[in-house]
Amino acid sequence: MPAVSKGDGMRGLAVFISDIRNCKSKEAEIKRINKELANIRSKFKGDKALDGYSKKKYVCKLLFIFLLGHDIDFGHMEAVNLLSSNRYTEKQIGYLFISVLVNSNSELIRLINNAIKNDLASRNPTFMGLALHCIASVGSREMAEAFAGEIPKVLVAGDTMDSVKQSAALCLLRLYRTSPDLVPMGDWTSRVVHLLNDQHLGVVTAATSLITTLAQKNPEEFKTSVSLAVSRLSRIVTSASTDLQDYTYYFVPAPWLSVKLLRLLQCYPPPEDPAVRGRLTECLETILNKAQEPPKSKKVQHSNAKNAVLFEAISLIIHHDSEPNLLVRACNQLGQFLQHRETNLRYLALESMCTLASSEFSHEAVKTHIETVINALKTERDVSVRQRAVDLLYAMCDRSNAPQIVAEMLSYLETADYSIREEIVLKVAILAEKYAVDYTWYVDTILNLIRIAGDYVSEEVWYRVIQIVINRDDVQGYAAKTVFEALQAPACHENLVKVGGYILGEFGNLIAGDPRSSPLIQFNLLHSKFHLCSVPTRALLLSTYIKFVNLFPEVKPTIQDVLRSDSQLRNADVELQQRAVEYLRLSTVASTDILATVLEEMPPFPERESSILAKLKKKKGPSTVTDLEDTKRERSVDVNGGPEPAPASTSAVSTPSPSADLLGLGAAPPAPAGPPPSSSGGGLLVDVFSDSASVVAPLAPGSEDNFARFVCKNNGVLFENQLLQIGLKSEFRQNLGRMFIFYGNKTSTQFLNFTPTLICSDDLQPNILGFITKPVDPTVEGGAQVQQVVNIECVSDFTEAPVLNIQFRYGGTFQNVSVQLPITLNKFFQPTEMASQDFFQRWKQLSNPQQEVQNIFKAKHPMDTEVTKAKIIGFGSALLEEVDPNPANFVGAGIIHTKTTQIGCLLRLEPNLQAQMYRLTLRTSKEAVSQRLCELLSAQF
Amino acid sequence: MIGGLFIYNHKGEVLISRVYRDDIGRNAVDAFRVNVIHARQQVRSPVTNIARTSFFHVKRSNIWLAAVTKQNVNAAMVFEFLYKMCDVMAAYFGKISEENIKNNFVLIYELLDEILDFGYPQNSETGALKTFITQQGIKSQHQTKEEQSQITSQVTGQIGWRREGIKYRRNELFLDVLESVNLLMSPQGQVLSAHVSGRVVMKSYLSGMPECKFGMNDKIVIEKQGKGIADETSKSGKQSIAIDDCTFHQCVRLSKFDSERSISFIPPDGEFELMRYRTTKDIILPFRVIPLVREVGRTKLEVKVVIKSNFKPSLLAQKIEVRIPTPLNTSGVQVICMKGKAKYKASENAIVWKIKRMAGMKESQISAEIELLPTNDKKKWARPPISMNFEVPFAPSGLKVRYLKVFEPKLNYSDHDVIKWVRYIGRSGIYETRC
Repeated sequence: MPAVSKGDGMRGLAVFISDIRNCKSKEAEIKRINKELANIRSKFKGDKALDGYSKKKYVCKLLFIFLLGHDIDFGHMEAVNLLSSNRYTEKQIGYLFISVLVNSNSELIRLINNAIKNDLASRNPTFMGLALHCIASVGSREMAEAFAGEIPKVLVAGDTMDSVKQSAALCLLRLYRTSPDLVPMGDWTSRVVHLLNDQHLGVVTAATSLITTLAQKNPEEFKTSVSLAVSRLSRIVTSASTDLQDYTYYFVPAPWLSVKLLRLLQCYPPPEDPAVRGRLTECLETILNKAQEPPKSKKVQHSNAKNAVLFEAISLIIHHDSEPNLLVRACNQLGQFLQHRETNLRYLALESMCTLASSEFSHEAVKTHIETVINALKTERDVSVRQRAVDLLYAMCDRSNAPQIVAEMLSYLETADYSIREEIVLKVAILAEKYAVDYTWYVDTILNLIRIAGDYVSEEVWYRVIQIVINRDDVQGYAAKTVFEALQAPACHENLVKVGGYILGEFGNLIAGDPRSSPLIQFNLLHSKFHLCSVPTRALLLSTYIKFVNLFPEVKPTIQDVLRSDSQLRNADVELQQRAVEYLRLSTVASTDILATVLEEMPPFPERESSILAKLKKKKGPSTVTDLEDTKRERSVDVNGGPEPAPASTSAVSTPSPSADLLGLGAAPPAPAGPPPSSSGGGLLVDVFSDSASVVAPLAPGSEDNFARFVCKNNGVLFENQLLQIGLKSEFRQNLGRMFIFYGNKTSTQFLNFTPTLICSDDLQPNILGFITKPVDPTVEGGAQVQQVVNIECVSDFTEAPVLNIQFRYGGTFQNVSVQLPITLNKFFQPTEMASQDFFQRWKQLSNPQQEVQNIFKAKHPMDTEVTKAKIIGFGSALLEEVDPNPANFVGAGIIHTKTTQIGCLLRLEPNLQAQMYRLTLRTSKEAVSQRLCELLSAQF
Repeated sequence: MIGGLFIYNHKGEVLISRVYRDDIGRNAVDAFRVNVIHARQQVRSPVTNIARTSFFHVKRSNIWLAAVTKQNVNAAMVFEFLYKMCDVMAAYFGKISEENIKNNFVLIYELLDEILDFGYPQNSETGALKTFITQQGIKSQHQTKEEQSQITSQVTGQIGWRREGIKYRRNELFLDVLESVNLLMSPQGQVLSAHVSGRVVMKSYLSGMPECKFGMNDKIVIEKQGKGIADETSKSGKQSIAIDDCTFHQCVRLSKFDSERSISFIPPDGEFELMRYRTTKDIILPFRVIPLVREVGRTKLEVKVVIKSNFKPSLLAQKIEVRIPTPLNTSGVQVICMKGKAKYKASENAIVWKIKRMAGMKESQISAEIELLPTNDKKKWARPPISMNFEVPFAPSGLKVRYLKVFEPKLNYSDHDVIKWVRYIGRSGIYETRC
């Protein structure tokens, strides 16, 4: 109702407003307002009482002045007086003033609350409506305190008018949003749910909003709303467009209500009652069907309303994630929108597809649109849509299409908008790492990335390349070669120089054999970039140089010259200066042995959460694809009913903690078809997160490295992080073994629910038997150590190693650690002494080509005869002296005991000191054993 | 150096835009409008820096004049130029208003071409400008070659402000000493700050190229002369004044002032401002305001103000106006005054008391009762100072014109033949008393 209607207009107000509008300058306006304020003050002060009309007029003027931006500090009393008037216009202005200029004066508040209470209690729907509006628009805590108890009663009272119910529902919603603690939950909640059945669609719409908000906090109390919502939705969806009269908007029946109902349903898992579920599926199908129908109107409102319902339905389908049929249909529908004329639709389609891509049912369906999406990336004009396209590509990427997607992203990167480049760089880096089948491809991709968008490549990205190269032996040589070639470009980005410097410093020796990349050439190449780089890069390059000194003694003088030059030794930067001085000194003073120790190859990096992924998460906020997985997990936890997944007692199931590396190196893509989520307790979790169907969390950091160390020895520390230390002591005799595992709590607080489990993969299961003799105490006190004994029996030969998985709670967080137990085939070795003749006789007996395995490899450690001897003995075989005609060679023999068979085995190790190479030859009676032993032993030298 | 000059109306629409240098882009116009004219909070600083660009502005009624530069210019110079620009415009078409500027925009662009060259201020002497920039466009056709060359030689010559061959039947000159007194006084009558800024404006109608010499009771000059005459020292000590700083019109020979402290010059024809000065010592305060404010409860305020005139009884002060601020929650005012008229002006939140004339050594008083509306606001009324306006026929700084001598060796009139008029006007600047 307009404040100034013709019959009831306030002339004074109209004149005042037109005066203000006619003011030429700000000063004139202020003068006019001051005059008016003085007038109103004198009127309010005046002795004779004002009638309702003039009070209303002056309060209105004050309101207008306030809205112009001036302070009003009086008139509240008059406004409160207006509240008790019986005329609608006066009451309305009073409420308007109160809700705009709330005043915390306690006395006034009391009066206001009183007036509101009176109006709420009155049977007049208009007055009740005004009062409710006022409460909602003030919406303060005080209001909530005063009325939060009252409004639910109004809402569910049988005789309340529809319009008042509507207002009451929305008012309650507002109060609940500001101060949820003050709205009491009571028996009214069940009655509110029944408002969904109300005749009046307005009431239903308002109630749905309220219920949705309430249900998000207390899902249990409003569970009954699901079936009601579904039936209401199906009535709307199936109704003819004319049935709902006022609530049909451009031929779409009640679009707002539909959207709200669909939102409400998104608070809950798919309904369990098959009837309800069927009905809901039917509804969703109808909505999807309707999207296919030709539009009933050309008006944009029609399609907007229709699409709003459709998109909400699709998000419900995605939320439920249980009907493959619907998911695929939704995906196809979105696919149509991908090429729609409307930019907004394209945007929304891409956004929804992102979430669809993470569902196992529709992932494949989404993938069929890859061409369209790539095309969108190339041709789309709107940058935000392009960004969505990038997100979608990221989400739909898996091992099968990773090379294509990464290639597309890389080519897009060259023309991409500056604002999203960094994000794309991160995404490319993650995808390349996650889906790298072949690490040479990974290295190529990242180097390309640095070349194309070096400025946007953050530290994390190139740190990661180095981590991966260092942790993967097979790629080191290739990486060194590739960076060497990349560095030859006349202008290369500083990040490339960093990567190049680091990798060549570590693995330059692997390509030093080639005359085109001889040590001196490598050094000169790096040094040619030195002067163009910033200080941190220069510092890194200096370290590379000193590593070169160790790797290539022949370039030592050149490097010393460089270090000795004034530009290094007297560099203004203290870090560079210090490095130069120390390195120079180190290279002159230290012997080669010391140099070799100090400048030893970097140990493999411990696997942490991929830092790039963390960065992407931080950058994008909560609504990203990756986070979606998290939220999904949370949801599934809710569905399962527990506050968190209890540490599973069976060894097959476990839940990685959030800090576990989602992108573990060996991560395989999610299994394409796992069991449906409802079938097993944490099945979904495993599907989303685990590497493969059976094995647990990614292996703990550093375990790979530790594992190798245990091949030749039986005792030591297997694993260590900030919290936990695992020590081992083991003994083996023939085909039996016993292993003592010591768990040390390094913290001062206790671990709860401490459960170690031994996991043998399916391949391993028949070949080795391992069992824990007795479970450990679930509580490990701070600083304490507990012991556990594992008995092992070797049934037949095996290659893999069993995994020890430890779960416990530390502080509030759930910890999950997996380490490989160093139980290798060679542990069951029994040395056999034999003479030279015997040896060569047996050697010849095992002349079958499958029985022999030979490996020629480069020495990773200094070639020390004594150390090598110790290693061979530690490996388990006997070391036979004076057998080989060449005294430098090592010869060993032994028998591997398994339960079923005994396998004799002979080995011969020929070191070549000039080339720093070894040749290892193994002959055993079983091909697989030869293979495995060769692998194990070659890794030791 | 000035990069450009813009003139805006009160809405921020550009009326005149003249850019002198390339480093000022078109967006500078908008930047000033957005950040200064339309700023949320009123911008009080006359210099605003926006994106490494400096804007210097002055406001005349509803018109904004803004000079823009990217360089580190002398701000005082820019403001001097802007004021001069206002004077020039006023001399050409009267009041500076939106309408006048719109009507004369061609003229303004012509003027801007002439008085600023590549951002460097040139001749801004109204008299000189008027000889070659005229409002009647056709006039230039009547000018002969000779006249034109004469203008050129004058404008480019050594004495650019005066042309040769001026002849008057009556040689006459008018000298106005215009001062404004600024004062801030405590309620107890203690002077917190006071200074006088004055101008000497001369209007000359003299023939030929007269050499003038101006003398006043400058303390340094008097003392220098006083050394010879010992008995005059006591007298002159009282009469001389200490000038804190002064600036001169370009016609004054500064070298001579520096060496001898004598002010000698060849005046431009017509009106010009000979000098500007400022004094802070021994100021004669023409009026004393004694306020008395009493708060009676929360709803009433009693104000009594007495003003005393403090100069020779023979002199008459004029246009006296006392402005007594009232609290923001005033709901009614009753005023009683002996002399003049007093009225509560709600639009200005003040009681304005006007007295037409008042002789020296008199006093007058006003008392008012202010009714207040009780408010919820806990803020106390800040009690702004009572301000006053007036005009008195003497120089509050004590400055006296001792002589103004005119020599014209080429023509046959002497100093005695020149008719000289001297007038002193003292006005109030910001003349406030706290209450």
